[in-house]
Amino acid sequence: MAYDLSFAKEVYKTSEVGYWIKMCMQCGVCAGSCPLGPHWEHSPRQLFQLVRAGKMEEVLKSDSMWMCTSCYNCIVRCPRGLPITHIVHGLARLAVEKGMADPKQPTRRFAVEVFWDNITSTGRVGEAGLTMKLYFIDGIGPGIQRGLEMKNQALGMLKTKRLNPIPFRSKIKGFAGFKAMLDKAFELEAKKESNA
Amino acid sequence: MEKKIGCYICTGCGINEALNVKTLTATVAKEQKIPLVKNHAMLCSPEGVEMIRNDMTSEGVNTFLIAACSPRVHVETFRFGTPMIERVNLREFAVWGQPDAATDKDAKEDAQALGEDLLRFGCIRVKKMNNPEPFEDPGLSKTILVVGGGYSGMTAAKGAADAGYDVVLVEKAVELGGKVAKMHRLTPANPSLPGKDGLQETGAKALCLAVETHPRIKLYKNARVKQTVGAPGLFDVTIDQAGSDTVERIGSIVVATGYNLYDPNKLGHLGYGASPDVITAWDFEQMAREGRIVRKSDGLPAKRVAFVQCAGSRDKNHLEYCSSTCCTVSMKQALYVIDQYKNEASTCVIYQEIRTPGQLEDFYRKAQNEGVVFVKGDVKQVAANSGGGVKVQVADKLLRGDESMEVDLLVLATGMTPNIDTTDPNVSSNLNLSDEERAKTVLNLDYRQGASLPSLKWGFPDSHYICFPYETRRTGIYVAGPARRPMGAASSATDAMGAALKAIQAVESISRGAAVHPRAGDLSYPSFRKEGCTQCKRCTEECPFGAINEDDKGNPQFNPTRCRRCGTCMGACPQKIISFANYSVDMIGAMIKGCEVPPAEDEKPRILVLACENDAYPALDMAGINRQKLNPYIRVIPVRCLGSVNLVWIADAMSTGYDGVMLLGCRHGDDYQCHFVRGSALAEIRLSKVAETLSRLQLDSARVRLTEINIMDVDRLPGLLDDFVKEVTALGEQPYKPF
Repeated sequence: MAYDLSFAKEVYKTSEVGYWIKMCMQCGVCAGSCPLGPHWEHSPRQLFQLVRAGKMEEVLKSDSMWMCTSCYNCIVRCPRGLPITHIVHGLARLAVEKGMADPKQPTRRFAVEVFWDNITSTGRVGEAGLTMKLYFIDGIGPGIQRGLEMKNQALGMLKTKRLNPIPFRSKIKGFAGFKAMLDKAFELEAKKESNA
Repeated sequence: MEKKIGCYICTGCGINEALNVKTLTATVAKEQKIPLVKNHAMLCSPEGVEMIRNDMTSEGVNTFLIAACSPRVHVETFRFGTPMIERVNLREFAVWGQPDAATDKDAKEDAQALGEDLLRFGCIRVKKMNNPEPFEDPGLSKTILVVGGGYSGMTAAKGAADAGYDVVLVEKAVELGGKVAKMHRLTPANPSLPGKDGLQETGAKALCLAVETHPRIKLYKNARVKQTVGAPGLFDVTIDQAGSDTVERIGSIVVATGYNLYDPNKLGHLGYGASPDVITAWDFEQMAREGRIVRKSDGLPAKRVAFVQCAGSRDKNHLEYCSSTCCTVSMKQALYVIDQYKNEASTCVIYQEIRTPGQLEDFYRKAQNEGVVFVKGDVKQVAANSGGGVKVQVADKLLRGDESMEVDLLVLATGMTPNIDTTDPNVSSNLNLSDEERAKTVLNLDYRQGASLPSLKWGFPDSHYICFPYETRRTGIYVAGPARRPMGAASSATDAMGAALKAIQAVESISRGAAVHPRAGDLSYPSFRKEGCTQCKRCTEECPFGAINEDDKGNPQFNPTRCRRCGTCMGACPQKIISFANYSVDMIGAMIKGCEVPPAEDEKPRILVLACENDAYPALDMAGINRQKLNPYIRVIPVRCLGSVNLVWIADAMSTGYDGVMLLGCRHGDDYQCHFVRGSALAEIRLSKVAETLSRLQLDSARVRLTEINIMDVDRLPGLLDDFVKEVTALGEQPYKPF
């Protein structure tokens, strides 16, 4: 049965800025503004209506949320002022929490397996290390293949000093403070979840 | 009082450089024999006006011919307390609208000829003009009748009464209040104001009380209008109250009879009748008013409610139009459900397009924010659930597929139909209504053209909605609220006040003998020479406003206060016996003949342009103001409306030697812009019959043309005129040219 509101009400309450979904008027400006629009399984507009229609599986198993590059085009253009980028990221997180996100989704793997460790271990992004880890995520063979494919770009970036070749970076100044901030954020999140 | 004409030619704004003012002066003084002609370098200056005013006292000038700029500018400057004035538009037409005279000798010659002809037209007009005597009648009343004691009617009655006018209010029910008094809440009137987006109390009780106790309002409850005889200011209205008749003398009328809801029994395709849980928005409103939103089938709480929009609206098989209120009504009612069942409520609006005009967009946001879900789609199937409630199948346009939902109540938001009798103006009026049919009419007008107001479309009374809302095609009768077009309570209140103001304007203007609109303040009205009448009835048939009745012998009987002074009757009359004091067939005919048409060998064609004063003339004028070049061979004569164009003028123009005649007027048809509703349409019809006459005169019918134009067509206009001049000259020599 469609339009049972229990899933929608859950999203409004627990997903990050999910309550904004109520305000979507289905004009489709977000879909038309998204540079990756044609590659999405569902446009933001469709995702939002699916939420309201109570189609939990379709929403949380969609790979659309993972396709967002946070360009903010949709936010800028939404006539109803919805923070679409944030809503979409919130839905991605809800999918992970509910265990419904595809573990093999590349963006998800990049975020969870590569990016997060890279940035939290030193407090900054180490490009060379990040790239290497991403290339070799599926083992040595595919890693070498990807590396060769991108060889010219990498050399070009090195030449123009757009890439720091040292794979392991030192920690930032005041790393302890950064760590404390992260811990606090985790604490707040946990609190929010236990309240939900 | 004897007419004393003074002609004043301004030489400023380039007139002196472009035209030979000396010759112009001679044309007026010698040729047209108006001895008092004066020039001034800047007629609109205090000195210029002073010169004219001095002539009023020393010379006794009481009729003014001002040859200067456009009549659309300096209206106040040249106001001398009399309608006996004519403005000759030298500047826009003969100077600014022509090529630079200093560099082009031919152009100078053409402009001079044009200026002289314009002055001739002006001279003839003032010579033929008489001072209109305003219509007076000792029996004129300023009482305003309001028919209908609902929200609109009460607002109009109270508004007019508060403004100091006596009001007679007729309500068919036993109590005042109408539909709004039976509602639970109203949608907010100004949802965009901070904190004002919530539902409102109806306020009907307080309004009823204010109306019932108002010292200026005379109430007839449980009553109806039995008959309306007469004309604005002089209406004798018979009011039937529970079988006993009273006659009231009325000045003007506001009709606020409201709406009916579309019959849900015709909506089987939306599930009406399939289950007791499929109801109309009106039934739902009553439920909410009683505070019990429950399933009709078993009385259990109705927490899941879906609302179907456009139920029988915007549908070829039902109502073709949008009633503009159903969307907001459904949002309001969804909020009732949320209000009653809080978090357990589940409401859904199934829509085609959400229409929340104006500030109501903020109310839409409010409904969304409260959790109402909106589904764009068509209801495909509705079936009763065995355990109560209904199962609805929707072709969901947002999810792109069929979806089904279970709800406790399915509410059909049905549209509005006007609760007023109207007649199709294209069908000739039925003058012999049965008593039964008469009883169904709101006003039962004793008019030659029928007992009802003419309709435009779908039974709503016709009016010029863009320029003159509230107006009907019966002067002094104004329609307000959903009887005029579908609208909600907030708009109805505004509408009712607007109509009340128009009703007041009508009685005040009529008391001075002046027209209400669009020729506001015009004192002239048609008179006719009875001995010339052949009882052809064209005037009584064609008057767009039903101003003319007939006596037993078929002679026209004019009702000056019903008249809008367009002159459509004058254009219709084959005997040319209808005229105004300052506008007549003879006057315009003489002007047409007054043009000096050069002989054929000069190869200077002359084209007569009869331009509607309301849109076409201003457009021509603006072209001149913008220094666009107007064809120098056209001769413009403004007319009150193309409806006033008598076909004899075409014959006059042809026998004078004009190469062609162009009628410039407003768009006609369903989306007409004619200020007199039918004028330009009638001109088109009449013109279609002139071809035969022309061919009898060995003339090509292409020499006469009607062109629809609106006031915004300024840029298009000069080219249009050039093309017509070219086409007409290509037809070869006009055989009636002077030698």
